[in-house]
Parts: sequence; C-alpha cells; structure tokens
Amino acid sequence: MSESESYYQLARRRGVTRRDFLKFCALAGAMLGLDVAEFPKIVQALQTKPRLPVIYLNLQECTCCTESFLRSAHPLISDVIFNMISLDYMETLQAAAGKQAEAVRLKTMKDYPGAYLLVVEGSATLGDGGVYCTIGGQSSTELLKEVASGAAAVIAYGSCATNACIQGAYPNPTQAVPIRKVVKNKTVIDVPGCPPIAEVITGTIVHYLTYGKIPELTNQGRPKAFYQHRVHDNCVRRAFFDAGQFVETFDDAGAKQGWCLYKVGCKGPTTYNACAITEWNDGVSYPIKSGHPCMGCSEDHFFDNTPLYTHLAKIPNNAIGKDADTIGTRVLGLTGIAVVAHAGVTAVVKNHEKDGKESKHDKNRD
Amino acid sequence: MTRIVIDPITRIEGHLRIEAVVEGTRIVEAISSGTAFRGIEKIVENRDPRDVWAFVQRICGVCTHVHALTSIRAVEDALNIRIPKNANLIRNIMTATQFVQDHVIHFYHLHGFDWIDVLSALKADPVQTSALARSISNWPNSSDGYFRDVQTKVKTLVESGQLGIFANAYWGHPAYRLPPEANLMGVAHYIEALTWQKEVAKIHTIFGGKNPHPNYLVGGMASTLNMDDNDVINMERLNLVKTKIDEAQIFVDQVLIPDIFAIANFYKKDLYGGGGGNYLAYGGIPTTDIRDPESFLFPSGIVLDRDLSKVYDIDLKDPKQIQEFVSHSWYQYDDPKAGLHPWQGKTDPSYDGPRPPYDNLDEKKGYSWIKTPRWQGHAMEVGPLARFVVAYARGNKEIKELVDESLHRLDLPVAALFSTLGRTLVRALETKYLVNQLAGFYTDLVANIKAGDSQTFNGEKWDPQTWPAQAQGIGFSEAPRGALGHWVKINNGKVSAYQAVVPSTWNASPRDDSGQKGPYESSLLDTPIMIKDQPLELLRTLHSFDPCLACATHLMTPNGDEIAKVRVL
Repeated sequence: MSESESYYQLARRRGVTRRDFLKFCALAGAMLGLDVAEFPKIVQALQTKPRLPVIYLNLQECTCCTESFLRSAHPLISDVIFNMISLDYMETLQAAAGKQAEAVRLKTMKDYPGAYLLVVEGSATLGDGGVYCTIGGQSSTELLKEVASGAAAVIAYGSCATNACIQGAYPNPTQAVPIRKVVKNKTVIDVPGCPPIAEVITGTIVHYLTYGKIPELTNQGRPKAFYQHRVHDNCVRRAFFDAGQFVETFDDAGAKQGWCLYKVGCKGPTTYNACAITEWNDGVSYPIKSGHPCMGCSEDHFFDNTPLYTHLAKIPNNAIGKDADTIGTRVLGLTGIAVVAHAGVTAVVKNHEKDGKESKHDKNRD
Repeated sequence: MTRIVIDPITRIEGHLRIEAVVEGTRIVEAISSGTAFRGIEKIVENRDPRDVWAFVQRICGVCTHVHALTSIRAVEDALNIRIPKNANLIRNIMTATQFVQDHVIHFYHLHGFDWIDVLSALKADPVQTSALARSISNWPNSSDGYFRDVQTKVKTLVESGQLGIFANAYWGHPAYRLPPEANLMGVAHYIEALTWQKEVAKIHTIFGGKNPHPNYLVGGMASTLNMDDNDVINMERLNLVKTKIDEAQIFVDQVLIPDIFAIANFYKKDLYGGGGGNYLAYGGIPTTDIRDPESFLFPSGIVLDRDLSKVYDIDLKDPKQIQEFVSHSWYQYDDPKAGLHPWQGKTDPSYDGPRPPYDNLDEKKGYSWIKTPRWQGHAMEVGPLARFVVAYARGNKEIKELVDESLHRLDLPVAALFSTLGRTLVRALETKYLVNQLAGFYTDLVANIKAGDSQTFNGEKWDPQTWPAQAQGIGFSEAPRGALGHWVKINNGKVSAYQAVVPSTWNASPRDDSGQKGPYESSLLDTPIMIKDQPLELLRTLHSFDPCLACATHLMTPNGDEIAKVRVL
C-alpha cells in the first residue's frame, strides 16, 4: 500500500460505501457552512490526499482543549485521529514516551518539511529563560519555535495559545504569552475559547484538510466560520434582552423563565464564538442556555475582564468600537421596540459606574 | 548502572519527567519532576471570591470540575453559606459523572497501552475474540465480523506506514501478557470508549452549559429548574440526564468491568509497584451536606504502613497535620527545612535546576516544580486505592463487599491491592461504585422537585455587604485522582490568600528533607524493568496513579512578592 493512500481509498477498503463517503463529505461541508456547490471539492480533496501529518504540542495549559478535542461528535474523534489525520505527536494520547516519542516528532518534521500541521495548546512562557515549562529538558518555547519553523501552518488552539488565558492574567507570574508572540513568519490560525467547542477545532482541521488552505479569518485571525458572530446575536435568550426582561439574581422568577442574563454579568454581547449556534457537546447546550452568564472565554484577557457577575460598562473587545449599551441601543433602535430594555440596561451601567466597581485589572490593561 | 530519562512521560495530563537509575532489571533510584509552572494562586489574589472557582477550575481541564467545586466549597465555608438540597444533588450528579467519565478515559486511553499490545491484536483470530468477548459480557458489539473490522482498521493503519498515536511504542515487549484475542478486544473497546466518553459528559453540559469546564455558582447552581418552562432545566433536560446515566451504567457494567477482570487475570502475578503504603482520604461526596461527614460516600482517614487495623483521623485545619516542604522543589522558604500548613503557605519560585536544554537533574538539589506535602511527616498516597483502603479499614460495607468479591474472583489476597495492578483494579471498582450512585442521585433530585422544591441557589449572602470583613474557609473533596483541598482567606470582599494542595502533589512529590520519597518514586523502586530503553513497566506503574501534573504544579504564594524576575545569565 502506498504511503499516500487517500482518505477515500482507506474508507473504501474498510467497507465504507461510496454513498456513505459522499454523505460524510456533505456533512463536513454543511458543518463548515459551505454552499452545496462546494461539496465536490471536499470529495475531491479526501479522495486524493494522504492523511495529513499533525504534531500537537501541549505547552503551559490545563489540557481542557485536548479534552474538548476528544469530545468531537461530527466528525467523530476516532475518525479524525485514525482516518483523517495522522496524529504523529500528541503527548496526551500517543503510546510512545520519552525519547521514542521525541523520535516520532523529529521524523515527521524531517519527512514532511513544510507539509505538517502544527496544533498548539497552551501558552509560551518567556520568564526566567524558559524554566517554567520544559519538555525533554528543553524549553517548551524553544521547542515551539523549532516545530513551527517546518510547519505548513500553525493552529493556536484555545485561549492559552491565543491570549495566554489564565496564566497570562494579572500579574502573569511566568510571562506567559500567546504563541503569535513567539511564532513569526508563519500563518497562525487563532481558535480561541477555554476550551473551544470540539467541532470548532475539528471543523478547522477538516477545512484545512479538505481545501489544503487555511479558512478565511476574521481581522483577529480567527476562522470566520465560527467566530464571525457574537454569542448575543444568536442567543436563545436574546428575545428577553430585546424585551427588557432580565434575571436580577440567580434562581429568581425571571431565571425560572429563562430570561436574559445580561444584568448578572453575561458577556455574550461582546463575545465572538459559535456557542449559541453550534452549542456544546454535540449541540446539547451552552452556558447561557444552562443558566450561567457567558464569561467571554474566547476574548482576549477574559480573566481580567472580571468580576464575572457584574455587568461591565467597558467592552473587552475594542474591535467593535462600541460598548454593550450602544450596541443594545442600536439593536433596539433598529427593531424599534422595547424602550424599557434600553432604559433598564442603561440604568445598570450607570449604577455600576457610580459604584466604581470596575475591575482594577481592567484599568491596568493597555 | 544506567541512568535513564523519560521525558515527556506521555498519556498523562501535564509535564512529568522521570529519571531512574537501573541496575540489572531493578530501579534503584527514581526521581519524579514536574517541569511546568503557571502560578494560578497568585493570580486569584484580590479577585472577587465568587469568581475564583472559574480561575482555579483552569488548574486542570481533565479534572475539569473538581477544582471549581472545591473552590466554591471553600468560599461557602468561609462565608457560612448553605446550599439548597437540589444544588447538592446536582453537584453530586456532576461529581459522579466526572469520576465515571475520567476513570474510563484513564483506563482505555491513558493506561490501556501499558496492558494492551496493539500490534499483537493483528494476530488475533476474530472468531476466538468473539467467543472471548461473549464469555465475559453481554455487550452487543461482539460478533466475529465486528472484531474482524476492528482488526482490519488497525492493519490498514499499520500498513499505511502512518501509525499516528501508535508509532514507535513498545509493542512486542515481553512484559505484555495478554493473548492476541484479548488485545484485539482491548483495541476495539479503546475505540468504543473514545466515542462513549463524550456522551456521558453531556450530563455536565446540561447543568453546567459545557464540558470541559462546566459552570458553577457560589451558593448553589446556576442551572434553574422549572418543569413548566421550556427555557430552563425541565423534564426533557432531565430525561437526557437519565438516558446518559443509563448508558453509563451499561458501559461500565458490560465493557469496563469485564475488561478489567479479563486483563487482571493475565497480570495477577505482576504485583509490583506498591510503594510506600500510607494512604490518605479527605472523604467526600456528601449525600446530604458537606458539613455532614456521616453522609459521605467516601469516608475520610489515614492508613499507615498498610495496616488496615487502624485508621487515623485527619484535620485539615490543624497546622501540624498537613504541611508542605520545599527542600527539593524550586521554591524557597525562610527556613528551607520548614513545613508550612496551607494557611501559612508560601511559594516563592527559586529555580536552581540546570538551565534548559539539560540532560539530567540533580536529586541532591531542587528538582521539581512540585512541592512536598506530608501528613504528620509521612509521605501519603491519595487516589482511588487510598479511598478504598481507608473505606475498607473503616468497614464501609458496600466498598468492602465490592473489594472482597473482586479479590475472590481473581483469587488474590487483600495485600494484592498494594500494587500497580491493585490501583488499576480499584479505579475500575470505584467507577462501578459511583455509576451505581448516579441513578440514585437522579431519583432523589426528581423526588425533591416532585415534593415542590425547585430551589437551586441560596442568595442570602450573595451581596458582599453581607460578608464579614475577614473570613477564611476550607473546601475539600475527593477528586478522581485523590484528596483535594483549597484554603481561602477573604479580606474586605477580596481573596487575600489562596492555596490548593492537590492529589498529584501528594503522589508526585519529590523527597523531603529526610530523604523520604513520594509515592511515585517509592513505587518505582518497587517496579522491575526488563528492557532499560523500553521502560514499559515504569510507565505502567506511573500511569496506575493517573498523574495530573497541571494540578500538581500550579502553586504560588498567597503573600508572595513580585516573582516574575528575569534572570540575567
């Protein structure tokens, strides 16, 4: 058998019918939000490509991203790692350890220069010469540079990799930085979230696998397919926001009717993520739907945009250039309803400002 | 004598390095080093105590719920907040779910390749494999055609030359003892467990909105219950919970448990890796309230030197009982030999290891980012085995029966528990013990709602103005990997100090000043190694603890000075 046997050939050899194969391609296409006319491209790609070699590095992190990756339902994670990609190095799953594991990584880097995909979970650390995270006795930051240098593309997977997440929060004791700060001259795709939704990371990988190129990105370097809209835009509780019906405290009468969580700190209006559309764990729920405010985990420095349960007047993501109330006003203005909501939200903000409850960490941010 | 280095230790959470001196087929010296550090306790200082669960939850995404739970308990203890009955039941459902999901992932995906030889599965006869599977379980995926398909999958992968996660491992090693058919069955169940684990996690998603990292709330749970509304937790949501509980029960009963006995039968002569023999459990999973230890599914206590006739009590507030040392860690104390209780905890980084890249660590100096916790000076093992040993010694009827029946079935004495295989067996038994409880918690929740109680949150002390100026609290739990404690101090509405002493800190700790080794190290000294550059048995013993290094190495001072100094070389 050829080393470059395609996914389609493998699938056929395993008894997958052409009809099922085409159905899979259609599902992958639908997941990526593609027009039906695009589906033949997926079929073409999977019929001709060998399994994409992937090196997955774990740096400073908590492994929630790995766990989320394992939860992928469409495609199934077993399909991803055994049929779609060749997961040559991933500490959490690979059988080999120590020097045998490192040998596999080096072989992939040598055999597939410029052709392997690098997925990075975790932040790089610049503190004290790299002693805050070493792998095989080597600074993990140096390791990252080395592996990234031969990669076709780099996916910064999860908020640690895109914004240094928890360890990058004030006072950032280990000088944790996003991998963009370390990996230069290489395409870095940011897939933020703490963790990201499983199907968002596997969707991004399948997109790359299918088209042989990175997906279209937002101005923040994130795949548009998943990060173009705010959680608020498609929130299941959005109608209550527009109608000015807010939960005032957890488990109150409004909470029991699923009203909007904006006043108890929801960051949905300023958070770009697929939670409200794709939802979590194969479409079961997402934080707001289950009654807890969105904490904005896909946005930069979200742990410093706290306290969690207080409505913040300032918006963490300046890309929009508006604060939540302005957005609320605009939306309400467009729909021409619920003046009460506008007044209610504004009152919250004013009280908040009066109380001076703004996070000192927020103030300290640049 | 040869000094071998295994770094990275794979199939664990986080960054662990082992160096071992091998003489013949014995390990005569072992050092365990945590090689990463993040400093989360420093980061939570001056934060709102109601927020801290979300920060410390990110200590670990594998344990994913235990640090959040333990943190809200610490704050609720400090502020004397009682949670509603429904909140306790939902937390218990989430806790038991976490154990079941995490233990199954550990057994198949992190530990499995230490027992199951994937390449040997290629030699299996699918008809015989089917006969084997049907002889031990009613699990429906057991036809010869099914196993032939799995075998073909593995064969195709191997022949493609792209072995992926199977590449360059220790296949064919003489320490593998399963016949090809058992290996093929193991590989099939590896793949099935990978698909199943995402299903049981949905219970977290329903109540917590997502998994990993579901949401929690000081004072209860945010998942509102209302059987007469379609935007919150209603009967449809609860039915989904019940369905996933039922599926979990079937998977544990029909796949995990038969597999562990099948595997243990072939390995039951390999009773190495017991190590130190001291066991600690804080106790946990309160069926009524965390303040009522009598209601715990796991009793608390200490067993020393494998002596099941005596159980010592443990007090998390006693400054003399739990202490952390740093003699061989990359931190400094004013008195380098002192042991500090978490209330007085201090964690100033002071790296004196070799500058990377390096070849070897020096065990005479600091060699780990993990501190050295001790109970009254003793190195203690924590985890499923510790919980079961303590429960067994306490005479817990259900656990004792489960253990005795299992040992009888394997024709092994109680002493066999004190081994690598014992840890792995007990983890599976614990999965069974807890999956049995899940349906009960669910029934209690439904009954309580039926009785007219839909409260999930106690907001009496939500407003910081109701808090005392100073408060301190302890949160504790039994996490899948063992006893977990969080110590919080609150000053004028903000966190002024925070310390977590976590399971893998106990297990992975470096030696203390007297040279007493931690559980990983002492158990490795009790582990053979047939081929020194293929340390399969070493990995097997380490994995039997289910190492979680991000947990173990997150520590940072509560009162520390600015520590992010850049050293000029």
